[in-house]
Amino acid sequence: MKKILTVPIKDEDLESLNVGDIVYLTGILTTCRDVAHRRLIEHKRELPVDVRGGAIFHAGPIVRALPDGEFEMVSIGPTTSMRMEKFEKEFIAQTGVKLIVGKGGMGPDTVEACQEHKAVHAVFPGGCAVLAATMVEEIVESHWHDLGMPETLWVNKVKEFGPLIISIDTKGNNIFTTNKKAFNERKGPILERIKKELSFIK
Amino acid sequence: MTQQPNVLEMTNIMAKFTDYIGKRLPKDVIKKQEELRRQETNPLAIKIYDAMAENQDKADKLSRPSCQDTGVIQYFISVGAGFPLLGELEEILRNATLIATEEGPLRHNAVETFEEKNTGTNTGSNIPWLDWEIIPGGDGVTIDVYMAGGGCTLPGAAKVLMPGEGYEGVAEFVFDIITSRGINACPPLLVGVGVSATAETAAKLSKRALMRPVDSDSPIPNAAKMEKLLTDGLNEVGIGPQGLTGKNSVMGVNIESSARHPSTIGVAISTGCWSHRRGKIKFKADLSYEILSHEGVSL
Repeated sequence: MKKILTVPIKDEDLESLNVGDIVYLTGILTTCRDVAHRRLIEHKRELPVDVRGGAIFHAGPIVRALPDGEFEMVSIGPTTSMRMEKFEKEFIAQTGVKLIVGKGGMGPDTVEACQEHKAVHAVFPGGCAVLAATMVEEIVESHWHDLGMPETLWVNKVKEFGPLIISIDTKGNNIFTTNKKAFNERKGPILERIKKELSFIK
Repeated sequence: MTQQPNVLEMTNIMAKFTDYIGKRLPKDVIKKQEELRRQETNPLAIKIYDAMAENQDKADKLSRPSCQDTGVIQYFISVGAGFPLLGELEEILRNATLIATEEGPLRHNAVETFEEKNTGTNTGSNIPWLDWEIIPGGDGVTIDVYMAGGGCTLPGAAKVLMPGEGYEGVAEFVFDIITSRGINACPPLLVGVGVSATAETAAKLSKRALMRPVDSDSPIPNAAKMEKLLTDGLNEVGIGPQGLTGKNSVMGVNIESSARHPSTIGVAISTGCWSHRRGKIKFKADLSYEILSHEGVSL
């Protein structure tokens, strides 16, 4: 059965989740990436969207402006979450966001904030941007257009948006830390074996 | 400036082809992903492969860029010295990018450096990027269009090894980059490796290597042997789609090389994500064309 998170998300919705679990999101999902994080944390500007109990998406979409002044979501996939690591701990503390959707892993500061404030980070498969766009029902608001199309805060109404793979849970686990450790352990012996066959300079 | 009809014709074809390749993957990449999906046993990885296939199907049907990051547009040109529009090609490809950006639509990805302003057109200083190769005696042109997002551009690296480090050092460099920075670059990746004289010659060759089909072999026996060793070895690490573990890590490793200085081994890596959006089109002098990378295309 599909596990669906509905905004507003409560602590108890997240406490039973483990890394590797797959969930879907119904409600509001706001795009928020590099400069929006910097404005809130470094420049102390208030985020124009209240994301308390809500979800943000590390993403810079392609959006088409329609003649009636509305916007259409054309293509929206996750961007590399690690770029936001510098700001995310403070971002979670200040905004009360519960779900952060992105791509790839995040670091120890985000893990700490997820544990302290009961939040999770989840991966939406990178590159699957049309699949994601078809799960956006409408763009309900948008802010900070001065940042250009990729960095604008697009406030999306989504239905069963996913698959979202939990990569950081509320218990201090980070799936990418575990995976990277395993990759590095495997790497050494494989390389040693390969190197023996590469002595082309004689 | 008045444009000749043949300039307009080629601009139009290249605009449509640039737009097209942002929405559909080349046939070798599709085939390889089907193969990797069949080999996979990790349920999470299977789920991701299925999402990827569904995404490509939707992108095709809805005619939308399959990934939102449509990159900085690059054209790799192999042009005959006698191609009638040789002198007009730069203008043709710049205008093709402008049109494709509107029509696609493509994301605005050209940020003018130092001014730090997005031009909003995907054109800027030396962008689209053109890479030239002149073929003596030819009168046609073959163009590879390439669209790589920021994510899979980030692992790019080059350095110059001392000969004592040998090809063993090249293998180590490839493994280090792929198992660290490759994980966030949307694997399974296509890994392009340049082995050459200097940092920049190796870098250029590593990108040219990405223009070769994913399942192609180098014609140089030792290079082909190394491609296979690196492909199998990286797959054994089991990075899986999106770095979430699986049977494989890469779609392939392609190595391009040149002669080197006796005192140096220049090595570079470029990576292509699973959404490896490249297209190859071949024009004759009369502008009749053939698309070599995709099947059943009508522009």
